[in-house]
Amino acid sequence: MSTAQLSVNPVPVAVSPPLDERSLHLRRSCVAAMESAGRGHLSSALSLIELVRVLYDDVMRFRPTEPRWADRDRCILSKGHGCLGLFAVLADKGFFPESEMLTYCGRDSMLGGHPEWGKVPGVEASTGALGHGLAIGIGMAHAARIQGRDSRVFVITGDGEINEGSIWEGAMAASQHGLDNLTVLVDRNKLQSYGSTSEVQDLEPLADKWRSFGFYCEDVDGHDMDDLRQALGAVPREPGKPTALICHTVKGKGIAHIEHDATWHHKSRISEDEVAALYKALEQ
Amino acid sequence: MRRVAMNGVFELAKRDERVVFIGSDLGAGTMAEFREEFPDRFFMEGVAEANIIGMAAGLAMDGMIPYINTIATFLTRRSYEQVAVDLCLHNLPVRLIATGGGMVYAPLGPTHLATEDMAIMRALPNMTVVAPTDAPEAGRLMEATLDVPGPVYIRLAKGGDPVVSRDEDGFEIGKAISLAEPGEVLFISIGVMVHRCLNAAQTLADQGIKAGVLNVHTLKPLDEESILAQVRGARLVVTVEEHTLMGGLGSAVADTLVRHIGPGMPQLVTLGIPDVFPEKYGSQDDLLELYGLQPHQIADAVTKTLGQNAA
Repeated sequence: MSTAQLSVNPVPVAVSPPLDERSLHLRRSCVAAMESAGRGHLSSALSLIELVRVLYDDVMRFRPTEPRWADRDRCILSKGHGCLGLFAVLADKGFFPESEMLTYCGRDSMLGGHPEWGKVPGVEASTGALGHGLAIGIGMAHAARIQGRDSRVFVITGDGEINEGSIWEGAMAASQHGLDNLTVLVDRNKLQSYGSTSEVQDLEPLADKWRSFGFYCEDVDGHDMDDLRQALGAVPREPGKPTALICHTVKGKGIAHIEHDATWHHKSRISEDEVAALYKALEQ
Repeated sequence: MRRVAMNGVFELAKRDERVVFIGSDLGAGTMAEFREEFPDRFFMEGVAEANIIGMAAGLAMDGMIPYINTIATFLTRRSYEQVAVDLCLHNLPVRLIATGGGMVYAPLGPTHLATEDMAIMRALPNMTVVAPTDAPEAGRLMEATLDVPGPVYIRLAKGGDPVVSRDEDGFEIGKAISLAEPGEVLFISIGVMVHRCLNAAQTLADQGIKAGVLNVHTLKPLDEESILAQVRGARLVVTVEEHTLMGGLGSAVADTLVRHIGPGMPQLVTLGIPDVFPEKYGSQDDLLELYGLQPHQIADAVTKTLGQNAA
């Protein structure tokens, strides 16, 4: 296939609407955790807040007081380093007290720099080593079928993460089995640790890649709640096919001075002044 | 041995609807009966071991008990991080049935020789490591796997190995079995080296040297109690394994003796594969001969050591 037949550039995404107070609140929760620990993958979390938020606010079926309820929908944060965003939403939903956020990365905390199954209520898999979450989600999607449950599985990956070959092993297997109870949300913030994804390991044409692997795929604005609700409310979009949503996001979204800045992928020894600037940027 | 193990999975699946079978592009017709009887619990996936391990983890998190079968090197080397993180960190009841443990695939060369599989599996927290000595023992082992709460690595041999295990000894994971009472020498062995040790013990008996044989089918958790009881009175302890000397049975026994006995421990000789990728082809027996692991060579190693001690 020549490149002329492929959509080489991602579908242009309209400018996201301003973040509402709820999205800002979740971001302040992440910053508070980062402040207490003095470290964290903040910008990696800020790009996926709306993805996690829409799943738990509008899409998934779950019980915070019964996190292992068999009939729940499952959300696996395969991109484990973005866990501050997941933790903020889980705390907000009542899986654990919000005060736990202030213990982040502490010696006895249940909240570490990557999410752990069995430690943190609501966390569906221990992730952090990239490229693992999709296969685990595939297993859960199979289990739902075998056990006759209508549970759905949502897997959030990074865009740098999908450099991993295991993701594409999983993509082949998911479509081979027609797992339409499985949805992949790619946090397409276009930055990985070293720099831009186009510079380090170009992914385009990304939607065509997923389609060629047998997925229904579309591009969405990963910070527009209406866009996300619309896309996720209708999954599976094509019966018999797993879904992949390329969620166009901004690394560091909501804090203007760290947006699109690869040096904020992970920070340690963050200063008081830097923390103050983060909070100030979130004032509205 | 593999046929017995696979049939064991089928029998378990008949009794327990949590049992799932996963293979990766295995030979045509593998587990045909299982597939026919339980199509929703039979998965023949592509050549994609990382995905298979993760998939098994997801199944196990939701209450299933997956049994995975493929070639030992691909279960261990290829998908090591998935085994470590997805299975061991989550401590999930997934069973890895490794075909061709050790040097079974001698003619296929070093990419297919699982010579450090037990060492790297043993190093992972929560992992159980078992290598049955013959087909009947593999059958007893499969029965015992159902209720193990965490992951289990099962190293299978070529098959057709002499049967030396005895039904009356029963089988318990983590419980070693004495097949010959120790004298001045005690062999501690695992897998298909156990029958070679029994042959070596017979050779030594003909020379007036009494040697016992302890079948340590479970490398982890190691039955330290039986080992410490059996070495009492032995002047020479010899571990024999079809595995690198780094981190396998010999290392585990040495650790046990040093930790629990210390300065008064019996002399220990560890026989196994040196720190190399085997350079020859031929047969499994050819390679065992190359590394001094056939019965006559094992017996010679004992008489040589005892002779040196006497000199």
